[in-house]
Amino acid sequence: MAFTAVIRRDLLLAIRHPAQAIDPLIFFLLVIALFPLGASPRRELLELVAPGVFWIAALLSTLLSLERMFRPDFEDGSLDLMLASPAPLPLIVLAKIIAHWLVTAIPLLLAAPLFSLLLGLPTTALPALLATLVLGTPTLSAIGAIGVALTTGLQRGGVLLSLLVLPLYVPVLVFATGAISAAANDLPFTGQIYILGALAALSCTLGAFVAAAALKIATS
Amino acid sequence: MWNFLHRFASPPYFYRLSADIARWTGWICLGLLGAGLYGGLIAAPPDYQQGDSYRIIFVHVPSAWMSLFIYTAMAVAGGIALIWRIKMAEIVTVASAPIGASFTFLALVTGSLWGKPMWGTWWVWDARLTSELILLFLYFGVIALSLAIEDRRTASRAAAILCVVGVVNIPIVHYSVEWWSTLHQGPTITKFSAPSIHLSMLIPLLSMAVAFMLFYLTVLLFRMRCELLERERHSRWVRELALEPEAAVRRV
Repeated sequence: MAFTAVIRRDLLLAIRHPAQAIDPLIFFLLVIALFPLGASPRRELLELVAPGVFWIAALLSTLLSLERMFRPDFEDGSLDLMLASPAPLPLIVLAKIIAHWLVTAIPLLLAAPLFSLLLGLPTTALPALLATLVLGTPTLSAIGAIGVALTTGLQRGGVLLSLLVLPLYVPVLVFATGAISAAANDLPFTGQIYILGALAALSCTLGAFVAAAALKIATS
Repeated sequence: MWNFLHRFASPPYFYRLSADIARWTGWICLGLLGAGLYGGLIAAPPDYQQGDSYRIIFVHVPSAWMSLFIYTAMAVAGGIALIWRIKMAEIVTVASAPIGASFTFLALVTGSLWGKPMWGTWWVWDARLTSELILLFLYFGVIALSLAIEDRRTASRAAAILCVVGVVNIPIVHYSVEWWSTLHQGPTITKFSAPSIHLSMLIPLLSMAVAFMLFYLTVLLFRMRCELLERERHSRWVRELALEPEAAVRRV
């Protein structure tokens, strides 16, 4: 019960304040637009760096949206109620992770084909791009939950959060961009996809427990 | 054994005993460091291919080993701190982080100093170097988190969680040279087969490795003593120690 209730509440909040889902997307688009301006608009160069640019933008926009996972609940006191509720805390945290994934990753998935055109990514790489997004973003949300939980009680957790979370995001970045680059060169990429799936399975199962423990410590 | 460990985990007893241990490990460390440096820099013959510049391995390799070892030790101590709530284990995690970060930094710097004449570049983005750099960032994360939280116990427990999560990077660093074909050479020293390094170089290297380990232990004990005094400053044994050191030592 608590599980669905938390998801429904977070989704309702996101619908009432659509900026929550749209702002990271605009930020994502902005980062992508900066690369051709800053590096070079030459097509062959863009094609080469496109997987990396795409995923780095995804990491950064996820990072921006992470704080909303626990911070508003901590400030208005509803987090205390969740901590005190009889429902197991890891279950509630898992619901928060899923809600965060639904709010941030689904818009990104829908916009991804359009954004990949901007970067000149060959259409043969599009299935790989979507597959890495589907399997990679749950890991981002789950690992991010641990980082947010650890910094929940702090006044200025923003920069610290990126310092904690970004090094842990590196495996996702490496294997996701590897898969997209392989697909763009018509090479098999199932190996990287399997690893991303394994990372997602591991982080979503264990991440909720670790984030729950971190929440208890950080708010004690 | 258990009894000893149990007593060792009690702050006043630890405080008294750690001074003696640190004195011993410190002096042995100095001796081994001198012997290792003499053996490595003067006694060992130059390499047939690299000449004298290979000698940086006597610092580089032990500090790279220590960078991995200290993080693992922090994660183990962190796990113990989270499961059994042992105060001393929390302090081990927090007190080790700056030492580990220094060793990681030393490994990166000595590696790039060696890389310039040998590989022709200060830095390459190969798997071993990159994962070692990520390790440095993990250390920074632990330090930053433990500094950001005001309450010392909460800070060290939060840092312990981060350590346990970040430990997945350790096997990646260790096996990166075997999993990916990289510029960094594979390991030359293994436990089970004959090492592909001459004895005249191996002995100073091992001497340096043991010296670095003892250095870590010594500095760790000193840092733990400081941290302990700061945390327990309102307790009776610290007050007694400050007011009448002689009597306090006799009582414990």
